[in-house]
Amino acid sequence: MPLLKDGREIPNDWVFVDGDAPIEGVRAVTVPLERYLADVASYEGRNAPVGVRLQPEDDPDALVPHLDRLELIEISFPKYTDGRGYSQAQLLRRRHLYRGELRAVGEVLRDQIFYMNRSGFDAYETARADLPSVMEALREFRDAYQPAADRRVPAFRARHGNL
Amino acid sequence: MYRYDEFDARLVGDRVAQFRGQVARRLSGELKEDEFKPLRLQNGVYLQLHAYMLRVAIPYGQLDGAKLRRLAEVSRRYDRGYGHFTTRQNVQFNWVGLGDIPDILEFLAGEGLHAIQTSGNCIRNVTSDHFAGAAADELMDPRPWCEIIRQWSSFHPEFAFLPRKFKIAVTAAAHDRAAIAVHDIGLRILERNGVVGFEVHAGGGQGRTPLLAAKIRDFVPETDILDYLEAVLRVYNRHGRRDNKYKARIKILVHELGAEEFSRQVDAEFAAQGGHEKIALPQAEIDRIHAYFAPPDFVPVSAEEAALFDAAQAADVDFAEWCGVNLHPHRQPGHASVTVSLKPVGGAAGDATAEQMDLVAGLAERYAYDDIRVSHAQNLVLPHVPVVHLYALWQALEAASLATPNESLITDMIVCPGLDYCNLANARSIPVSQAVAQLFAETKYQREIGRLHINISGCINACGHHHVGHIGILGVDRKGEEVYQISLGGRADEKAAIGGIAGPALKAEDVPGAVKRIVDTYLSLRRGRDEIFIDTLARTGMEPFKEALYAAA
Ligand code: HEM
Ligand code: SF4
Repeated sequence: MPLLKDGREIPNDWVFVDGDAPIEGVRAVTVPLERYLADVASYEGRNAPVGVRLQPEDDPDALVPHLDRLELIEISFPKYTDGRGYSQAQLLRRRHLYRGELRAVGEVLRDQIFYMNRSGFDAYETARADLPSVMEALREFRDAYQPAADRRVPAFRARHGNL
Repeated sequence: MYRYDEFDARLVGDRVAQFRGQVARRLSGELKEDEFKPLRLQNGVYLQLHAYMLRVAIPYGQLDGAKLRRLAEVSRRYDRGYGHFTTRQNVQFNWVGLGDIPDILEFLAGEGLHAIQTSGNCIRNVTSDHFAGAAADELMDPRPWCEIIRQWSSFHPEFAFLPRKFKIAVTAAAHDRAAIAVHDIGLRILERNGVVGFEVHAGGGQGRTPLLAAKIRDFVPETDILDYLEAVLRVYNRHGRRDNKYKARIKILVHELGAEEFSRQVDAEFAAQGGHEKIALPQAEIDRIHAYFAPPDFVPVSAEEAALFDAAQAADVDFAEWCGVNLHPHRQPGHASVTVSLKPVGGAAGDATAEQMDLVAGLAERYAYDDIRVSHAQNLVLPHVPVVHLYALWQALEAASLATPNESLITDMIVCPGLDYCNLANARSIPVSQAVAQLFAETKYQREIGRLHINISGCINACGHHHVGHIGILGVDRKGEEVYQISLGGRADEKAAIGGIAGPALKAEDVPGAVKRIVDTYLSLRRGRDEIFIDTLARTGMEPFKEALYAAA
């Protein structure tokens, strides 16, 4: 499935290992939150990158002590109409200042990507949108009314010379 | 009135371009209907029984002549020459073509109008008191804060896919004309020790599970309100139910957690916000927005002019009658707020033709400081009219069937589109309202009865607010037959209550007679004319009304 990041399509080196399935070989993996929290020490001691995949009901605050060591957090959108992932992203990026990759996975559609980007995502795994259309979606609005996890200056500041 | 600057104009313009692309992708088949649906919904496009319907936002009901004329032109060019004003102070066009909608939105944007977030599971159009900035009983004008909330909530990236739709209402008056108790969030503006702030209510709503909002905070200072709203929305977005569409509104979350626990969670989220997360609206911005809502330069009305107004009433009983019913006290001497009734007997509540819209636009410019509002009771309002102009205004309205003297009387019903338009309906609403109105058409009779709100919905979704009607009428389907359930005792103001069902449902043809028996019972029981229907009902209880209602059956 295409993975889009930083204006490019990049190879996806990560695999998601669900439930209790064994991790095969030395490769970059993401695991469910619960599994990660149950055995943080062993994941941190691994000699390959580890990330976590959040489901909509997961509480991202649980990752706070470990954020510095996580290279990737995937936020899952089982249905694109389920908007919990946007709050999870804002919490990770704005409240907890997570700096690793934040990747949207699942039902990721072109017309959701603008809001995802504002909420703090920087990578999108999507079967349904190609690179040109995603780049177009990211440029659809030049302004924003409210602060979010991106760098856009909200109109209420821009109006007053970035007050 | 707020006017777009370059930022607002660019945002709305970008939205039109975005939607044009989405429609093109839908028409080419690239987008499937189920993927297109949430996109069109966030632009107010519904698929109805006969055609696409476009709902255009009228933030807090605020219009001026140019905006209303633009709506008239849309109805003429792209629809069938009329529009329908809704209980959420918006306007709907019932017969538009999908391919035309991008052009319509572009045309509307030229006048500072849009359809952003008028449907979908997002924060909807903010509603308020239709007499805002004019009413004698108001603490301050709530519109600047409505506009601030409008901007904050527009294109909010975190809250575009909520469990369900989300409606915010704001009032600043003693008498709540914004129905804050039946909104997801209801805000009452207060002042405490010289600080402006908000009493916050959450979890009200109608639909199939009507619930009144609970007060979750006594006072949130104005500088904190957007951060506090973010906290409410985040708690709701993360924890609101998504397993069942009918349990997804915030009212269910508040109810299941209990108001106390809900407000504790909101407080915890609010407290967890770091300084860098705060919205921190600059004072310059708060001031900038308030400046748009400065009162007009009211012309002084001399004693002689006021005497002319009195003389006109003395000379023309019809005019006097209209003045007695459709005027609302204004805080400025020599002025009144006028309700332009969209409820002629025999009409469809809230409908206005293009010609009527043009006429009201011109009258507002000529006589009323170019200010027009849409009321949640589906009428238009001219909030500021010098009394010297009332006679000419009335004559012009009267000639266009816009001067029905029935504001807040029994024929001023709130009515949803029902089975005539709506694909969710169980029953027709408009014909039932017309049959009831017919029976009470005489103004003298209506005035004798006094304030009485009848609200009619064509199904349990309650778009016609039947739960909070003094008399509520709900269309239900009984084995393929359209029948109507009557409820009594609802109200939407500061004494908000959900009506109680009076008994078995009635056939359409029996509804007017049933209403008549309820009214007769009231007239026989009331302690004088000052005791309005709803107060008599509160005093006597439902029993005598139920008895009368089902006596004939
Ligand atoms: C004709 C197309 C319409 C459709 C398909 C429609 C659909 C719905 C649905 C499904 C609900 C229930 C939502 C819920 O409880 O979460 C609802 C509620 C509502 N609708 Fe409509 N509606 C339509 C027109 C209107 C109109 C014309 C008005 C105004 C006159 C209106 C105002 C409302 C209001 C005020 C509610 C109650 C909101 C609440 O529960 O707090 N709707 N509508
Ligand atoms: S109450 Fe029912 S019938 Fe009436 S407009 Fe709403 S959904 Fe349609």
